[in-house]
Amino acid sequence: MTSTTPLIQAQNVSRHYHLGDSTIPAVNDISLEIRPGEFVALLGSSGSGKSTFLNLLAGLDRPTSGAIHVRGRNLAAIDPTELAAYRRDTVGMVFQSFNLLPRMTLAENVELPLRLAEVDRAERAARVQSALEHVRLAARSRHRPAELSGGEQQRGAIARALVNRPSILFADEPTGNLDSVNGEQILQLLREIQSSLGMTIIMVTHERPLAEQFATRIVTLGDGKLKSDTPNASAALQPANATAAPAQSATAEAHQ
Amino acid sequence: MKTRDLTELAFRNLREAILRNSLTTLGVAVGVASLVAMLSLGVGLQTLASQKLNSSGLFDAVYVTSKRGGMRGGPGGDGDRPRRNDEKSAKSEPVKPLDETARQEFEKLPNVTEAYPQVRFLTEARLNGKSMSIGAIGMPDSSRKTGSFDNIAGKYFSSPTADEAILHSEFAKDLDPQPASLVGKEITLRYAQRQETPPPDTNKPKDIDDELDDMLSGGGGISIVSHDKKLRIVGIIDTDPSIGAGGFGGARIFIPLKTAQEMRPAQGGDVNEFVRASGSAKPTYMALTVRVKNPKNVTQVEDAIKKLGFNTFSLQDATRSLRLVFTVFDLFLGLFGSLALTVASLGIINTLVMAILERRREIGVLKALGATDRDVRSLFFAEAGAMGLLGGIFGVAIGWLIGQALTWGTTIYLKRQDLPGVKISYVPWWLAAGAIAFAVIVSLVAGLYPAARAAKLNPVEALRYE
Repeated sequence: MTSTTPLIQAQNVSRHYHLGDSTIPAVNDISLEIRPGEFVALLGSSGSGKSTFLNLLAGLDRPTSGAIHVRGRNLAAIDPTELAAYRRDTVGMVFQSFNLLPRMTLAENVELPLRLAEVDRAERAARVQSALEHVRLAARSRHRPAELSGGEQQRGAIARALVNRPSILFADEPTGNLDSVNGEQILQLLREIQSSLGMTIIMVTHERPLAEQFATRIVTLGDGKLKSDTPNASAALQPANATAAPAQSATAEAHQ
Repeated sequence: MKTRDLTELAFRNLREAILRNSLTTLGVAVGVASLVAMLSLGVGLQTLASQKLNSSGLFDAVYVTSKRGGMRGGPGGDGDRPRRNDEKSAKSEPVKPLDETARQEFEKLPNVTEAYPQVRFLTEARLNGKSMSIGAIGMPDSSRKTGSFDNIAGKYFSSPTADEAILHSEFAKDLDPQPASLVGKEITLRYAQRQETPPPDTNKPKDIDDELDDMLSGGGGISIVSHDKKLRIVGIIDTDPSIGAGGFGGARIFIPLKTAQEMRPAQGGDVNEFVRASGSAKPTYMALTVRVKNPKNVTQVEDAIKKLGFNTFSLQDATRSLRLVFTVFDLFLGLFGSLALTVASLGIINTLVMAILERRREIGVLKALGATDRDVRSLFFAEAGAMGLLGGIFGVAIGWLIGQALTWGTTIYLKRQDLPGVKISYVPWWLAAGAIAFAVIVSLVAGLYPAARAAKLNPVEALRYE
């Protein structure tokens, strides 16, 4: 699944925040390479800099120093409009608090990235439908986020992240607001997406057991620095559809 | 983002915070309404004034008399003085008669809409066994449109040659305490009629009657006889439309001009003319009213007529100062109206800045999903514009209603004073369109700062916001 050419290359990336006279190094000189198709878990305690690092990789923030190359482009150097285009076309984002817009229906939320990408109306409906089927929420498309359970909301958010067919999916504590059963289901879904669509997934979590169960590589951060970086062979060997049988048919369909 | 998507999202966002956005939009609407109401009042009053002035015929008319002073001579009036004038002018150039040829000449002048004779005469009116001596005047057909007869009870003349009459209400009240009942009745006018007579046969032996005739007719051309004419009353009017018809009022019975001409009442000029013009029976006019397209053409037309050899008279300068007063008036009304709209635009700024605080997270999500700064800015801009547009439309509607209410109130007040109602507020299409455009522009300007601020939000910070 993985190839040797790195998809993301972070070189000596630092992100410092200034609070009055003091400088807080949230991310301090991290270098990391991620290859296509990897499912990377960024582990670390609160304040370890894992979310900040994820934001830098996702193009939501810029490093104070260092370079982040994605497909040959340095995110630290491109202009804001190009960075927005990167977030829109190359990246999908999943958040801890789901971040579905409460005033829109699920389908409208999922459609939002397509509107931003100026995709034709006719094509939009089909792609929204397909993305919702992928996360088994087609029946709930007209519901508003408040009418959905936490797990459903997060699946909706994943559909929104997938609808623009990005090559990298970033997930910031995707199970943080979910109970263990729902959390496991979400990670199962991500794992299945990673294996079926060949997507690269970078996930921030503080739950080591889940990371070990699903991620193919575990990167640990502490105090803004890279502490460890180990492949997780057990997850890599585990079949993606082991506990996600219901998703199988829809996924296979979408993959065709 | 495509414009259609942008608009859709903007209206959706406005709909979601419906109460606050409605109140803000209402603020804009009230601002626009006050602007529209003020200006419509200005425009309305100006329109009313110029309508009244135009229909009064005082400001877009040139009164033409012959240099022989035809207007001065009443029936049987001074016969000597014109003769002296005649002698004077005979030395310089022949005096042109104010006749049909002259009238047609005036009508051909540039910027002249019509030239018609003043036909007014004294008559003995008889109805219901009462008999009264009053002034009658012929009204040109154009008076139908100028608004002179707007407040008529009954109808206007059915045709320009109808044997019909409209009475002034004061005169009608003298005839009957309930003037309305007079409509449809016949009134008889006895008046002095001008009759053309063949030149006297000198060979024929004269009796006393012939000699009397000669005395009356001056021995040739015309004679003046008493004549009765029956006219059907079609309407009663409170105001004096004859001011507009080219005289300076005073007539109490109004008849179609052509009918009046066919009645051939003896005019002051007739007496002068036949005394002077050595037996010529060609009819001349006492005075002509030359109506011009626009009051500003009056001077030019007046000069042209003077060059043709006639006396002229107009009330030109009065309109100019009136126009100045109205321009200043409009300016002030507009300023007050704009003030209200300025307050409303502060409301827009406030609403949008609040919306940014409230929708920080949404902006963060949009940016995380790939919205550019421009997308976010445009969205807020579109929302401001939409509020301006809706506020503008509602504002024009409210402003129009306020104007209607003012007109309504004024009319009631005027009716109590026994005066005819007037339309004091008027919203022309350019005012409506201009007010809406102004509201949109003001709203967009008000949205500039909030939109720029929203666009600059850092997505990470925005997403952290709860």
